[in-house]
Amino acid sequence: MTATAVPRDAAAPPLSMHADAITIKFGGLTAVRSVDFTIPQQSIVSLIGPNGAGKTTFFNVLTGLYRPTTGRVYLGEREVTGLPPHRIADLGLARTFQNIRLFNLMTAEENVLVAMHAHMKSGVFRTVLKTPAQRREEREGREFARELLEFVGIGKTWDEYARNLSYGDQRRLEVARALALRPQVLLLDEPTAGMNPQESARFVDFVHRVRDEQKISILLIEHDMSVVMRVSERITVLDRGEKIAEGGPSDIRNDQRVVEAYLGKTGTEGYGSDQ
Amino acid sequence: MATSTTGRGGPTLQRRLRSLPVLFTILVLVVFVFYQFVLGGLVQPVQDFFESWLPLSGLNQCLIWAALAVGLNIVVGYAGLLDLGYVAFWAIGGYVCAWLMSSFFSQWQVNIFGSAPPGQEAGIHINFWLVLPIGAAVCALAGAIIGAPTLRLKSDYLALVTLGFGEIIPEVFRNGGDVNGFNLTNGVKGIDPIDPIPLGLIHAILPRVPSTLGPFDNTYKFLVYALLTGVAIFISLRIRVGRLGRAWLAIREDELAASMMGVPLMKTKLAAYAVGAAIGGLGGVAYATLTGGVIPDSFQFANSIILLAMVVLGGMGNVWGVLVGALVLEWINSTGLAQLGNSINTSFGTDINFPSYNFLLFGVLLIVMMLFRREGLLPEARTRQILQEPERGEIEAVGADLEGTTV
Repeated sequence: MTATAVPRDAAAPPLSMHADAITIKFGGLTAVRSVDFTIPQQSIVSLIGPNGAGKTTFFNVLTGLYRPTTGRVYLGEREVTGLPPHRIADLGLARTFQNIRLFNLMTAEENVLVAMHAHMKSGVFRTVLKTPAQRREEREGREFARELLEFVGIGKTWDEYARNLSYGDQRRLEVARALALRPQVLLLDEPTAGMNPQESARFVDFVHRVRDEQKISILLIEHDMSVVMRVSERITVLDRGEKIAEGGPSDIRNDQRVVEAYLGKTGTEGYGSDQ
Repeated sequence: MATSTTGRGGPTLQRRLRSLPVLFTILVLVVFVFYQFVLGGLVQPVQDFFESWLPLSGLNQCLIWAALAVGLNIVVGYAGLLDLGYVAFWAIGGYVCAWLMSSFFSQWQVNIFGSAPPGQEAGIHINFWLVLPIGAAVCALAGAIIGAPTLRLKSDYLALVTLGFGEIIPEVFRNGGDVNGFNLTNGVKGIDPIDPIPLGLIHAILPRVPSTLGPFDNTYKFLVYALLTGVAIFISLRIRVGRLGRAWLAIREDELAASMMGVPLMKTKLAAYAVGAAIGGLGGVAYATLTGGVIPDSFQFANSIILLAMVVLGGMGNVWGVLVGALVLEWINSTGLAQLGNSINTSFGTDINFPSYNFLLFGVLLIVMMLFRREGLLPEARTRQILQEPERGEIEAVGADLEGTTV
């Protein structure tokens, strides 16, 4: 799998992604208020918070789907605020989706190949003429795609349509597809949704393996606290659009504000009250 | 497994993809040999039958429509962009051909390997085989210009705007008889005659082949148009399995996910539009040489719809399905319906104008297809999937036990 690691020199900046003072307003509603956020290189960080805390909105700012009302987003040294999603993806930010969004009528291999679009060059004429360069590019692309599918553990299903894969395999395929962008940062949006405890436990190992072998940073949005606590090196907690805590798992576990945000002050108000 | 480079289905699909183009070529050659060498020697009733039911002029029309439908399939079938104004590119291709291969601009004298008939040397006469790529290029450019503002729109709005362009372009040609005193398009009268197709090089090698194809050299024209349709099919098939084809499919499947995977939406859609338009241009040039002239009335909105019907009936996304759909529908339109009407009228002593019911027939056909075979005659393998098999997620959602097959 050495081919899949993005070479990076030791002098590279320590942050693979950071966002400064992000505020997003939808009309009169402030969904996210002045949030600073950093993802150190090759780290696993989580973004948590009760429903409606602004996690997904914040996520969408990072990926370029929303433009922040104020604030800036950097990927490595480069500012990416306001760039279109495909440019940000191309620059090294890959993601998976909360409700799986694969290209259902394409094979697993094709799904991965789509994400290599930006790294490939062949246009109309080269493809129609099938030049040697185009053939080599296709062959190398397919080899890399197979490698990635092997890496996530679904190498045998390369020619299955995505829609026919099992739920767990679809989740894995989404990761393989995201890795095909050769990202610096991988965003996983509720990756264990719909998994049973054993599957979630295996997923924690998988996330570590992705980080270690692909040498990338990983940002998780996750509801399952056992997963978050086991996998994260650093956790950021959002509540009602504001950052209320940040730190290692043990800090967060003992943080009074976090407990309150999740359980309510009296312990009886719940998830719904903060919408 | 690692050495195989095909997508789904492995070697069987590979074999099929290889054999269908071969089949197409063989069929074309058989038809050519039959009409050129065999038919004349057969008994009169057989000759009459082919003359009336399968005339070469009708087959030539079928081929041109097929090329156009294959081009539209790139936009609609591959990239999933509903285009209701494809006739615009057909018209532009036709007029490019008329401008570059006739005596219309008699104030200029240009001749680049042209094939002007004697006495009509004035005007611009460029060789047909050069006009083809020019027409394709002009249409690709027009496609990019029309597409740039429109492709930002979402499905229904895109369809409406393309419909508008399909109406505007022929209207421009209709009213282009006096552009600030300059006669650009000769208005409703159109431009004719258009130079015959030259086969100079082949004629030099095989003297039996005419040097230019007049109105009655239908067998050779058949070969020329079959070649063009073949080129359209070839381009479609090659692009389909490459980087661009995958990106189109991905956009068709899930636009947002595609953009998140680094596929630039505008650029990729524009490419689909431009390639589709270029093939439309080829078809337009070919059409102009078949009819020997262009008039704005022949580029009607209905043509866009018939082409779309060909794509849908044949099997959206599958080039071979679209080819079959186009051949069948255009045969019905150009020959079949009239012939059938004639036989019925003579047998039953009725006097019904059958060809005027062609749209009724197409409408019924479409409805029947949508009811019983939504995926078209020869659907793409992928599309068949979605229409005939439930999604795995759905099966699991209703409680089927697929435990143990998951992670």
